[in-house]
Amino acid sequence: MSTENSAITPKRESLFSKKNRKLLKDPLGDSNPITIQVLGICSALAITVQLQQAVIMSLSVLFVMIGGNVIVSLLRNLIPDRIRIIVQLVIIASLVIIVDEVLKAYQPDISEKLSVFVGLIITNCIIMGRLEAFALANKPGPSVFDAIGNGMGYAWVLLAVSIVREIFGSGAISLPGMGQVKFLPEEWFIASGGFYENNNLMILPPMALVVVGIIIWIQRSRNEALIED
Amino acid sequence: MAFNKNATGYTFLFSIVMVLIVGIALAYTSLSLKPLQKKNESDKQMIDILGAVGITTTRENAKVDFPRFVKERLSLDFEGNVLNSTSGNVDPNDTSDPFNLDVKKDYRSKKPASELSFPLYICEKEGENIYVIPVAGSGLWGPIWGFVALKSDMKTLYGAKFDHKTETPGLGAEIKDKFFSDKFQGKQLRDSAPYFTIEKGGRNTDIHSVDGITGGTITSVGVGEMMNRTLSIYQLYFNSVINSQANNNEY
Repeated sequence: MSTENSAITPKRESLFSKKNRKLLKDPLGDSNPITIQVLGICSALAITVQLQQAVIMSLSVLFVMIGGNVIVSLLRNLIPDRIRIIVQLVIIASLVIIVDEVLKAYQPDISEKLSVFVGLIITNCIIMGRLEAFALANKPGPSVFDAIGNGMGYAWVLLAVSIVREIFGSGAISLPGMGQVKFLPEEWFIASGGFYENNNLMILPPMALVVVGIIIWIQRSRNEALIED
Repeated sequence: MAFNKNATGYTFLFSIVMVLIVGIALAYTSLSLKPLQKKNESDKQMIDILGAVGITTTRENAKVDFPRFVKERLSLDFEGNVLNSTSGNVDPNDTSDPFNLDVKKDYRSKKPASELSFPLYICEKEGENIYVIPVAGSGLWGPIWGFVALKSDMKTLYGAKFDHKTETPGLGAEIKDKFFSDKFQGKQLRDSAPYFTIEKGGRNTDIHSVDGITGGTITSVGVGEMMNRTLSIYQLYFNSVINSQANNNEY
């Protein structure tokens, strides 16, 4: 238990101390869960056909991640070691079920498109990994930063991939609540006598892998620390 | 630490308390969101029924469009006799409304047909009566369902719309896609069972069959099975309607 006392601890760690900034920043770049650790790839490939799906998925993962990290961090001195993985799984699964139910009630169309992938957040290695590696050994404060960092690290890759895929695959961009906005004029398309055709390969799963691959390529070529011999 | 968190007794206590808390939290969430989810499901059902007759509507307009196009809702018994008939707006709490019959649940319950009632929607589009039949069955991984629309001759397929819960994306899940359901348009039912067949790839299809989905054989077989099982009940009703029409013409 804490023995700290305001009289003998003159310096409290500030909210944006170097350590906390590192917790937030690292997962966005140098230790990104998708591009560097290659975790959580399955959902990143499956649901990035439309931006609105990626946004909802990212928010769901962020919610489960923060919730899971905080709960596990608060309980870290109470959870029996022998059943800690089960406890973590129960916590994640409950949060995911809550997310699923809320989506079914408030975003029925997107919930239908995300189908099984909301449920599969339970098995997303990023979340389990952060609970086991970070929240179990750290205070709630830093755990929140760690969760936000990793959640955002997951989110920006999803958003980037889905923007590329939706623009080139459907000639449109979509946001939750706004529906899909087709910004290319109808006359441009070959079907109505134009010169342009959507690239169907873009909306197929293999292209997601290629786009993620390109992001990894750019990231590695820019950062020497990541270049392996 | 005052207690040993690795003691067996404590581990059990922790698990029990955790399960109780989680159970209560989830039950509360589920119950409080139920009304909204039910409304969404009923809107979706209206969208799908209208979709089978080629009318596109949105979640916002479904409640208005549905009674405009669906002029009668019937429920039939297993011999094709009409049990109940309603029209107008749907009351989600009226259990006698055929719209509230849950064919998916009935299929899951595995009750014999004699204990079930079967809903039938009669839509009017461009002056023609179109009969919409809900179907439910099983695919490879879980339930599949849909709506089959017949023209006023009760033989020609006007359209179809299928959906699934957990079929494989890219394979069986494609029964949901437009390219698959479009194949049913204009096809005809045979006079006796099997009324309609979903063929496996490579075989020639005729006016009584469509090509199934490559790599989605079991889902395609499920679609054929649910259509034939359900149509065999509705055929009794259609025959009685055709007979009574013929009798009327004689006089």
